[in-house]
Amino acid sequence: MRPEELHKSAEMEQELRTSYKFRINVCCSSGCAHFGALKVLKAFEDAVKEFGVEKICKVARTGCIGTCSVGPAVMIEPGDYLYESVTPEMAKKIVSEHIVNGRPIKGNLYSNSDFFQKQLRIVLRDAGKIDPLRMEDYIAVGGYSALAKALTTMEPAQVIAAISASGLRGRGGAGFLTGQKWNFVAKSSTTPKYIVANLDEGDPGVFANRTLAEADPHSILEGMAIAAYAIGSEQGYIYIRSEYPLGVQTLKKAVEQAKTQSFLGEKVLGTDFRFDVELRLGAGAFVAGEETAILASIEGRRAMPRPRPPYPAVSGLWGKPTLINNVETLANVPLIILNGSAWFSKIGSPVCSGTKCFSLTGKTNNPGLIEVPMGTTLGEVVYDIGGGVPEGRKFKAVLVGGPSGGCLPEDKLNLPIDYDSLTKAGAIMGSGGIVVLDDKSCMVDTAHFFTDFCVDESCGKCVPCRVGLTKARGILAGIMGGEGRVEDLEKLEKLMFLAKDVSLCGLGQTAANPILTTLNYFKDEYLKHIVEKKCPAGSSNCFNKQGKGMNTK
Amino acid sequence: MATKGDSQSTMKFDKRLLSLDNALKTHRYQKDSLLEVLHTAQESYGFLDKDIMAYVAKALKLPASHVFGVATFYNFFKLKKPGAHVVTFCLGTACYVKGSEDILKKVETEFKVKRGESTVDGKLSVFTTRCIGACAMAPNAIIDENVEGRATSESIIKKIKEVKGD
Repeated sequence: MRPEELHKSAEMEQELRTSYKFRINVCCSSGCAHFGALKVLKAFEDAVKEFGVEKICKVARTGCIGTCSVGPAVMIEPGDYLYESVTPEMAKKIVSEHIVNGRPIKGNLYSNSDFFQKQLRIVLRDAGKIDPLRMEDYIAVGGYSALAKALTTMEPAQVIAAISASGLRGRGGAGFLTGQKWNFVAKSSTTPKYIVANLDEGDPGVFANRTLAEADPHSILEGMAIAAYAIGSEQGYIYIRSEYPLGVQTLKKAVEQAKTQSFLGEKVLGTDFRFDVELRLGAGAFVAGEETAILASIEGRRAMPRPRPPYPAVSGLWGKPTLINNVETLANVPLIILNGSAWFSKIGSPVCSGTKCFSLTGKTNNPGLIEVPMGTTLGEVVYDIGGGVPEGRKFKAVLVGGPSGGCLPEDKLNLPIDYDSLTKAGAIMGSGGIVVLDDKSCMVDTAHFFTDFCVDESCGKCVPCRVGLTKARGILAGIMGGEGRVEDLEKLEKLMFLAKDVSLCGLGQTAANPILTTLNYFKDEYLKHIVEKKCPAGSSNCFNKQGKGMNTK
Repeated sequence: MATKGDSQSTMKFDKRLLSLDNALKTHRYQKDSLLEVLHTAQESYGFLDKDIMAYVAKALKLPASHVFGVATFYNFFKLKKPGAHVVTFCLGTACYVKGSEDILKKVETEFKVKRGESTVDGKLSVFTTRCIGACAMAPNAIIDENVEGRATSESIIKKIKEVKGD
């Protein structure tokens, strides 16, 4: 396809889309699919035929709408009527009432309008609205026009300048300036150059990247192609967890489709630029998300990090310059190219531009996938979007950043979400997990849980992480089992500062966060365990026989 | 290079081996395709035993220790044959916070089996996983590929008994 054909194709698709009076979007991403969305989809398809409305009503299989707690979720356009917990039986009723008779069924509609009010969906703009398995759907909403614009009207250096000026920072967690990273790789004279899209979302409780891949895979591919053009790469890899079968399937199909219309492959969009993408499957290793470990894994080795420098920008895959970006970062790229860097830098807070996707889970009334502008406070996420804590329990802490993030107490709820504020408070942005804890969650147990995870996932290469975390887990288990001493707390703190300072990679350096933040903000609770031999939260893992059986070595 | 007629291999030539051989061929016996090849092997055989790993090592001209090292490093690869029915508990953060550990312990007691292992009669294996991504429906368990959301110990034990035919 050539750029001018792309425009025509988009117009035709839009016309086709508007030729239907109604569109039923059935969320079939992992969460909803687990709970029968595919049967619901089939029921809708059968129902529109049964009622003879297939000419005016399109039934589409889409990605995540965001309200994962009330899946399967179904949204009907026009009017964005969102039905919750739809069953195949309900599907028939919805078609007869809503589509045929024009009367939405009020009792089954999602009633919580606050969930969407404070969100700003730019990366997830088309999630839940387009069919991820149909590239034409992506083209209809302007897909690949950013790539066309970059290839035909911009020099590679101009593309990098636009990304730099936008202030976009890496969404994988560390928040490095994306433009600067691209520049490093672009400047290298060594060839070939590689680009790696990081979709190794190994943090338990986080599913933002997966949802993006399942809902809008072409936005990732388009971002990769633009990045490749900017840095002069001809080969890209998407590294995705094998635990995400639907994401893998969706991306594979997207790559195939993109090749048929020359968005990938030789002569992209009829220009001299060539770029190919291959998928690489992870195999369940949290540490593989670290940038040097991901390279080892793609090369077929154990995912063990190595010291830097040399940075991957200088010596990455097979010793060649390699750009590694998170998929959410890449999905932002087409938008910046299309709308300009000034548009992007106006979104978010003055210190940090753009939005961030989070999976909101734990003790919250509205768990799901959300996207908020940078600078939104944690309180707004917990109370306005999340709707507070269920069952009338009391809010205790919010865990930001996955297993190596930090537990922040109530008085930190006014903290704006951006890289620097979170790091200062002891948490990290991470890949985007927010878990709400209530007064029934024991903070020592929580710290033990995450430390246990990090011990399990430590690659074992460097001593502070391998031995230090194991020791820390033992101390925590001791406290939970009733054998804790007051001096343990100081020991724990010292050990964790050491792990933070001298571990080789991000895993060991951030694994200390859950312990350090709980020690800092919830020291009382530790002391209650040690002195009074009581767990204020009443966790079943504290002070029982099974608790003693935990790894105390 | 290992081929189907390899006399030193203890592997029986069948459909499963054919798909493994095909994967090796597609990747042109490149050493760096090890992970991809192991994925295919596990897909066909359900697990990776010593013979399979040795076969892959020979085909890719890698030391057997390297293949073993990679297979044991990644959690996804299973080295033991799983039971007839498999229940996998999600121990991701959201599920843990909502009590999946308690449910798991009760299942371990009820069916006399430890996590990561199978019952003596080989009928049931209990595994754990870190996050299946259905956090909004936590706690979750997967019983023979069907996800049971908002699980309780009663609902899970009942379901396991159903599939086992107890």
